Amino acid sequence: MRDGVGVRVARITVIVVLTVFTVVPLYVMLVSSVKPLRDVQGAFTLLPSAVTVQPFIDMWRTVPLAQYFVNSVWVSLGASVCSVLIAILAAYALSRYRFRGRGGFLTMVLSTQMFPGILFLLPLFLIYVNLDRAAGTSLFGSRFGLIITYLTFALPFSIWLLVGYFDSIPRELDEAALVDGASPLGALVRVVLPAALPGVAAVTIYAFMTAWTEVLFASVLTTTETRTLAVGLRSYATQSNVYWNQVMAASLVVSLPVVAGFLLLQKALVRGLTAGAVKA
Amino acid sequence: MSLPATQRRGRVGGPPDDPPRRARTRRRRIPAKRWFPYVLLVPALLAELAVHVIPMLVGVWMSVQQVNQFTLRNWTRAPFIGLDNFALAARLSSPAGQQLLRSFTTTVVFTVLVVVLCWLLGLAAAVALQKPFPGRGVLRTLFLVPFALPVFTAVITWRFMLQRDTGLVNRVLVDGLGLFDDKPFWLVGPNSFVSLVVVMVWRVWPYAFLTITAGLQSIPDELYEVAEMDGAGPWQQLRRVTLPMLRPVNRVLLLVLFLWSFNDFTVPYTLFGAAAPPDADVLSVHIYQSSFVTWNFGLGSAMSVLVLAFLLVASAIYMLFSGRRAEHA
Repeated sequence: MRDGVGVRVARITVIVVLTVFTVVPLYVMLVSSVKPLRDVQGAFTLLPSAVTVQPFIDMWRTVPLAQYFVNSVWVSLGASVCSVLIAILAAYALSRYRFRGRGGFLTMVLSTQMFPGILFLLPLFLIYVNLDRAAGTSLFGSRFGLIITYLTFALPFSIWLLVGYFDSIPRELDEAALVDGASPLGALVRVVLPAALPGVAAVTIYAFMTAWTEVLFASVLTTTETRTLAVGLRSYATQSNVYWNQVMAASLVVSLPVVAGFLLLQKALVRGLTAGAVKA
Repeated sequence: MSLPATQRRGRVGGPPDDPPRRARTRRRRIPAKRWFPYVLLVPALLAELAVHVIPMLVGVWMSVQQVNQFTLRNWTRAPFIGLDNFALAARLSSPAGQQLLRSFTTTVVFTVLVVVLCWLLGLAAAVALQKPFPGRGVLRTLFLVPFALPVFTAVITWRFMLQRDTGLVNRVLVDGLGLFDDKPFWLVGPNSFVSLVVVMVWRVWPYAFLTITAGLQSIPDELYEVAEMDGAGPWQQLRRVTLPMLRPVNRVLLLVLFLWSFNDFTVPYTLFGAAAPPDADVLSVHIYQSSFVTWNFGLGSAMSVLVLAFLLVASAIYMLFSGRRAEHA
C-alpha cells in the first residue's frame, strides 16, 4: 500500500529539516576554511569573496599546531594500542571461560562508565602530581600519564564488543587448536583473533577516537609541551584577534582522520554501540 | 545474520570426534584453566583500579578533608573535617550552596530537554528512513557525521556561528528573518542556555537515531502487515506497533542519553570556557571551576560525591520503574 500524502509530506519535512540542521555547521566549517581573513571578520556570507588555501598554511604558525598534532598522535596511538591489547585478553577470558568473579568484573568495568569524569579527575591529578615528587616519575604533564588515563576510557566498550565477536566464533575452532597442542594464548592469536579482525579494527578506531577527542582530562593533565589538539585548538579562539578561517581550517584537518575512521568502520562500531544499548 | 549459521554448523556438522580423548585432554587442562582467565584479566583490572576505582575512593576520602591551596602540597595529611564540605555545599544560605543549587537546577533542565529532543529527533529520523528509498544510505551516513566529528571541533564551529556580530545565526535570524530588532548575544546571558541545548542536541541526536534504527530493524514486517489489515493508519502503526516494540531499546537509550547529558563537560567548556555564564553553568563545569580555579579540592570532591549519589539513585529508580512498566506491557 502506498503512503498517503500526509505521511509523505511529514517524512520529507523531517528529512529536510534534519539534513539542514546537520549540514549547516559542516558547511560553515568547510566554507570558512577557504575564506580570506576579511571575510570572516565581517558578517557571515554564504560564499567566500575569494577562495584561498592560505588559512591551511597560516594555521601552523599562529599556534604550535604541529606540536599539538604530534602529541595527539602519540597519545591516541599509545592509548588505543595498549587499550586494545588489554581488551583482547580480557574479552578472551570472558568469552571462553566461566569463572568466579566474572559477573562482578563485567559490572565493575561497565559501571565505571556512568560516573562523572570530574569525580576521578581531581584525585587522579593529585596522584599524578604526587607520584612526580615521590617516585621521580613524571606522570603529570607527560604523554605517558595521558596514555595510561585514556587507555581505560575505551576499555568497557572494547571488551563488550570483543566478547560479542569472540562469542560468535565457534569454540570448536580454538578447542581443536588446543588439542593440537597450541597454548591457550596461541589459540587466541592464531585462531580467534584472525576471525575477529573487523571487531579488533573497530575497537582500535574507537579507542583512538576517544583519546583524540577527549578534553576534560587533557585540559588538566597536560602542560604547554604536551598539550593535545583538543585543548590546543582553543588557543586560537581565546586570542584577542581570532583568525576564524584558520580555526575552521585546523578544525577540518583535525576532524578528517576521525570522521574517515568512523565512517569506514561505521557498521562494526554501530553494531557494538547498539548491541550495548539493546542488550544491557 | 551469519551468526546463527556458524553456530549451527558448529553444533550439527561438527565432528563427533572421539569423546573419551577430548574429555581426557580437557581434564588434563583443568588446573591451568582455573587460574588462566584471571591472568588474562589482570591488565584490565590494574588499569581500571589505577584510573577509576582507586581515584574514586581517594575522591570520597578527599571530600571529608580540607584540601585547598594551603594543604594541597601535603594533601594526604590534610586536616580531617568530617562532613563540613558537604554541609558547605548543601547549605542554601551560603553562596556556595546557592550556586550549587542553581547549577543543579540548570543541569536537570538541560538534561531533560536534551534527552527529550534527541529522542524525538532520533525517532522521527529513524521512522522517516525506515522504508527503503534512493539516497537512504547517504542520509544515514550524513546523519552520523555530527556524532563522528570530534566534539571540540564541532563546538568551535558552533561558537563561530553564534558570534554576535559575525555569526551565521544572527545573520539568518536578524538580517534574514527579522525576528529580533537588535542582535542578541548567544554566548552570554540567558540565551547561552538555549545555545548549549541546541549544540548538545546537534551533537547527540545521531546516537538516538542509530539506536532506534537498530531497534526498528528487529521489528518483524508481519506486525505491520497485520496492523494494516486491521485498518491501522501510519500514525496508529507508530503508536501501536513501533513504540511498544521499541520499549526495550528506549529503556537503555534514555538512560544513556541522560548520563551523557548530565555528565558532559566538553560541550559547555568548549562553548563558553571554564567560566560559563550563570545561565549555562552546568555541574561538570561548575565543579571544575571551583576545583581548579579556586583550588578547593575538598569542596569539589564533596560536590562530585553528591552528584554521583544523585546519579546512582536516579538511575536505580529509573531502572526499577521502567523495568516494571516493561513487564506490564
